[in-house]
Parts: sequence; C-alpha cells; structure tokens
Amino acid sequence: MPVMNVIQAVNDALRLEMRRNPDVVVLGEDVGKFGGVFRATQGLYEEFGADRVIDTPLAEGGIIGTAIGMALYGLRPVPEIQFADYIYPAMDQLVNEAAKYRHRSGGQYACPMVVRAPYGGGIRGGHYHSQSPEAHFVHTAGLKVVVPATPRDAKGLLLSALQDPDPVVFLEPKRVYRAARGEVPEGAFLEPLGKARVTRAGSQVTVLAWGAMWHEADRAAREAEAEGLDCEVIDLRSLQPLDVDAIVASVSRTGRAVVVHEAPRTCGFGAELSALIQERCFPHLEAPVTRVTGFDTPFPYALENEYLPRAPRILQAIREVANY
Amino acid sequence: MRREDEVDAARPPSEEPAGEAQGGILLDYPIRRIVDEEGTADPAEVAPSPDEVRVLYRWMLLSRALDERMVMAQRQGRIGFYVGAVGEEASVVGATAGLEEEDWIFPCYREHAAALMRGLPLPAFLCGLLGNAGDPLRGRQMPCHEAWRPGRIASISSPIGTHLTHAVGAAWAARLRGDDLVALAFLGDGATSAHDFHTAMNFAAVHRVPVIFACRNNGWAISVPYERQTASPTVAQKGVAYGMRAERVDGNDVLAVRAATREARARAVAGQGPTLLELVTYRMEAHSTSDDPRAYRSDELVEPWRRRDPLLRIRAYLGRRGALDEGADERLRTEIREEIRGALREAEAEPARPPLSSLFEDVYAEPLWQQREQRDEIEAAAGADPRVSDPHHADA
Repeated sequence: MPVMNVIQAVNDALRLEMRRNPDVVVLGEDVGKFGGVFRATQGLYEEFGADRVIDTPLAEGGIIGTAIGMALYGLRPVPEIQFADYIYPAMDQLVNEAAKYRHRSGGQYACPMVVRAPYGGGIRGGHYHSQSPEAHFVHTAGLKVVVPATPRDAKGLLLSALQDPDPVVFLEPKRVYRAARGEVPEGAFLEPLGKARVTRAGSQVTVLAWGAMWHEADRAAREAEAEGLDCEVIDLRSLQPLDVDAIVASVSRTGRAVVVHEAPRTCGFGAELSALIQERCFPHLEAPVTRVTGFDTPFPYALENEYLPRAPRILQAIREVANY
Repeated sequence: MRREDEVDAARPPSEEPAGEAQGGILLDYPIRRIVDEEGTADPAEVAPSPDEVRVLYRWMLLSRALDERMVMAQRQGRIGFYVGAVGEEASVVGATAGLEEEDWIFPCYREHAAALMRGLPLPAFLCGLLGNAGDPLRGRQMPCHEAWRPGRIASISSPIGTHLTHAVGAAWAARLRGDDLVALAFLGDGATSAHDFHTAMNFAAVHRVPVIFACRNNGWAISVPYERQTASPTVAQKGVAYGMRAERVDGNDVLAVRAATREARARAVAGQGPTLLELVTYRMEAHSTSDDPRAYRSDELVEPWRRRDPLLRIRAYLGRRGALDEGADERLRTEIREEIRGALREAEAEPARPPLSSLFEDVYAEPLWQQREQRDEIEAAAGADPRVSDPHHADA
C-alpha cells in the first residue's frame, strides 16, 4: 500500500474522482497551473485542462457563489478557499445560499459541492492563517462538515464528500498536511460520512478530537498510558453528520470525557458535544465534561504554543477528569 | 439603429441627470427605444408579429392585474406580504421574451411574470403567497420568493445581489457541458452597490461567461433614490470597467427590451461574453406592501412616469397596428380578472398549512438524526398541547 501525506491523499482523491465523473470541476485562487499554494491540486490542470481546473479572480464570495450556480446546473464543483480564515467573505453564500437552497426551493434544487479549505494553527501563520471555523458551519442546517485527521481518511472521506448530495465543508488539517504520513489504499474507496473512528480503545476516559487535534489527543493518550491512565480516543472525522451513537456508547462506559479543539472555547463545537453528553449520558457521568480548547482571543502569532491545545494540556485535563 | 455598445457623448440620455453635472465623468449610453410614448415604432427596427406582441401585452396585463389584486389581498389580510412590478412590466416581460425556453432565469423578486411565462401555474404561485400545502416551496419562504425548476426559474433569496454569481456559475456550467444557452439575472439599481454585483460582473467578463445581467433601474431601492446609490450617471457605464458590453434600454418599451435581450443572448452563445443591460424604468408604487412611499418621495416625481406607463405604450402600439381595439382590450382584461379570481379560489381551497413534518425535510437530501429527533419532539409537543400550533395562544 502506498504511503502518502495528507496533501497527496487529497490530490489523489481529486484526480480519481475527476477521472470518474466529468462533472467534477475544481475552482479557486491559484489552483490551476500553480497547483494551489499547498499543492493540493498539483497536476490536475495538466490532466484535465483549464475548463475543469479554473483559476478564478480573487474573491471568495465569487468562488462559492459561482460554484452554487454550477451545482444548480448539475455540475459537481469543488471550490478551494486558500485558507479557512478567508472563508468569511463567502459566509453569506455558504450560510444563506448553499445551505438553504434545497430547503427553500421545496426540494426542487440542490447544491452538491465540496468546499475545501485548509484550517488550523501551529504553522506560525498568525490569526489570518490559523483559524478553525468549523462551529459556524455545523451551526448552519443544510451544510455537512468533515475534518479528516489522517491521509487515509483525507482520501476516503473526500471521495465520499464528492459523491454526497449536499454541500460539504471539507476542512483540511494544514498543520499535518505533510507531517502526517501513512498507508493509503490505491484506487477509489469510500469512508462514510458520519462515522467516528475509535482509534484507541480504553476504559477510563473518552477523549474526543478531530483533524490536527486528533494527533495531539492520541499523543496525550499514549503519555497517559505510561502513567497508568487508560484512555479511549475517538476521531470524530465528521462533525455533521455526527456519530452521536459512538460518543454515547463510549462515554456511557467510561463516564468521563475530554473534548479537544483548537477553535475558541465559547460556543465552540466542544460546547455542543458537552451538551449532548450531558443530555444522553447523565446517569453514567463520573466527572464534568472537560474542554481543552483554544482561547476566547484572536489566534496569536507569538504565543501559539500555549494557545493550541497540545498534548501536555490535554494530559493535564485527562488526569483531572480521571481523578475527579 | 445604434450599436449596443456605442458610447456617444453627443446625446444626453432623456431620463437621467445630465452627465456634465457629474464632473464630466459621463459615459453617455444612449437609450435604445423601438416604440415611443405615442406607440409609434421605429421603422428601422424589425418588429415581431402582432400576435406575438399581443401575447407580451397579455402577460404585462396579467402582471399588473395580479399586482393590484394581491396588494388588495394583503390589505384584506388574506396574504402576509406582496412585492410587485407595477410600471416595470415591460422590463420583466421583454427580457423573458428575449430568451429561449432552455435559458435559465435568476430573478430578483419582482419578476413573477417571468415565472408565470415559464409555466409556473398561477394557482401554485398563489399557494406560495398563502404559504399553504399547495405551495411548490412547501411554505418555506415569504410570499413572492417563487422557484420553478421545470421552467429553469432559480430560487429567490431576499438578500440583494446574492444570485448574480449563481447566474454566472450556471451559465458557465452550461458552456462547460456544451449547451448553447444563457443565464439571465434580474437585479435592481440597488443591487449594483452590493459586493456580489462587482464579483459577478468581474467573474463573468474575465471568463467570457454567457450571462446577461438585466438591471431594472427603477430609480429606487426602498426609500433610497438612484443618486444616493451610485455616483455613476448610468448603470450601463459600470460595464466599461469590467470590459463588458453594456446597453441602456428604455425599460418601458417591451419591444426594445426584448430586442436588446435577444441580441445579448446571440452574442453570449456565440462566445462573445456577457452583457449588462440597464433597463431604464420606474417603480410606480411602493417597494412592497410593507412601506408607504409618501414617507420618502413626492407624488410629483411619479407623475411623469404615469404617462410613460409601459402598458399604455404597447396598447397604443397595438391599436395603431390595428391589432387591438377597445372591445378586444376589455375582453382581455375581463378574461385575466376571471383567471386570477379562479386561481385564487383554487389556491385557497388547499389546506392552510403544509404538514408539520415537512419542516424537517429537504434540509439535507435525507434527514439526519437531528431532524428526525426534532420532528418527533415537536409532533409530540403539538399533540400534547394544541396551543403549540396556535399563533395567538398568549391571548387565549
């Protein structure tokens, strides 16, 4: 089985689906000849031509708005937003248009498309190259939100998203774009959206994470094991649809949960997970659901080590919850 | 006959502030007109057959009668809201008639006539105003936000200008698929200030997308007049900076609007790119049933436009051609009144509301567990206490 990093896995999925489905078109800033600033679309322009790998003018609202029109017509657009931090000019198009189109037209129209955007910190990118906007999109009925952590999932989940009937926001963990390497099956395969993966079985504390933070959660769980604390780690992979059954099954068993994300804490997706666990696992809970998150500040440049919930902070939370 | 893209400083536009007053920035697009206010046609123009013009006239009459009747229905409390096109019928009907059936239309929200011309049944449209079980949108939008996929009428959203890039995308997709068709987006003068206008114009021009932007410059965005919307003496000149062909058309002349749209369409499918059409017209009534224009504009401003009423003009034209006498005109009006009355009766016979469970459908292609769970929750709550569904429960 070939070994790939996340970027190569994304590129492989796009190429395979573009070969299979002539309706798939990629559009965005610098995605054409240059192959994208992270090289995720490298080689696609050469293989599929300027009609299907489109360098657009610099306007995120235009990229998403144009993609919506293409999707209405029957294409499968894959707009790339160069950094998730730049998605806000397109919020109206995503939240008010793409997300609502099927419902507001009485089911006459649909907007199947995959909005790809690298997200997250840890690359010394300051607050305009580091944000994690997933909660905005999960809060918007009509959108699906997928965040892979590993190369294998990046490929399998992206291939599923590319065949999904709804608009999908596909957030790629740029901190581990190249650092995360692993075996990826050759050819097409589908990882279903809405299925979490228990990546480490354990009995004492459930640790929930996704994207780049899954790597930190996994590291913290390994360190906890050395201290005799047995953690179960779940990579949610897809925040909407959400595999609530997997969460409930695990926390009902462990009675303890730590939620990890790098977005700010208040109204972050961890708040929703905490509420769901409280509603559904109340009789089983042995400790308060604890969040290890970014802070309610803009994402910093100089102090990002402390801002990001890396393994040492997660480990502290695991200890606290285990000893509550 | 002038060329559409002709920039002619010699002739000031007839219905605009003089360009010289704007610091000499005027790029004077002359107004294209085929039929003058007396109903006399420019002999240099090729006119459609009288039968065809009578069909356009009928749609304009229907649009006017529908608007008048529905404003009354709103006053009677039978519908919650209405927004119409009184005075702008030639722009809506002319642009729609200038397209081919397979072309896509992205309406603003005054173009109900376009949807009806594309086959949206009148009773279904009225069900939309009532938000009842017969509404093709299943009661999910305010009145006047129709969508009709069989007629390639896109879905309407209330935020201004957001549909312009959708029209670009759809037209672009058609070209990528090798389909010889165009998309036309209607917009008002207010939309030219919205960021999506700039983006759509730019994307369309850079990539030579087969799209038509039909701007009904009706002089008003709710209470804000054209001069407070833009410092450009014309909308058409905005096309210059984008490298886009633009034409200024008498928006109250249905034949001129139709001809300009046809020509824009022909250029678009020939690969010559997009066109911006400025249809100079006037919003003769309120913005919608939610405002009273006397609060922000004097009736004196409207008065000259009553004489330029697009219905009077095309009726005079048909009269001069011997294609419509007073008796025939009256019969047409009676027929339309009956059609609306019958359709309203039919619409009001539908159940007053769509089923509660329908709220949770079409959010996604298949409901997720949240929609399923919340559907069961509200059905149980409404079943346990009927006040849950009663808008006036607090008064009970």
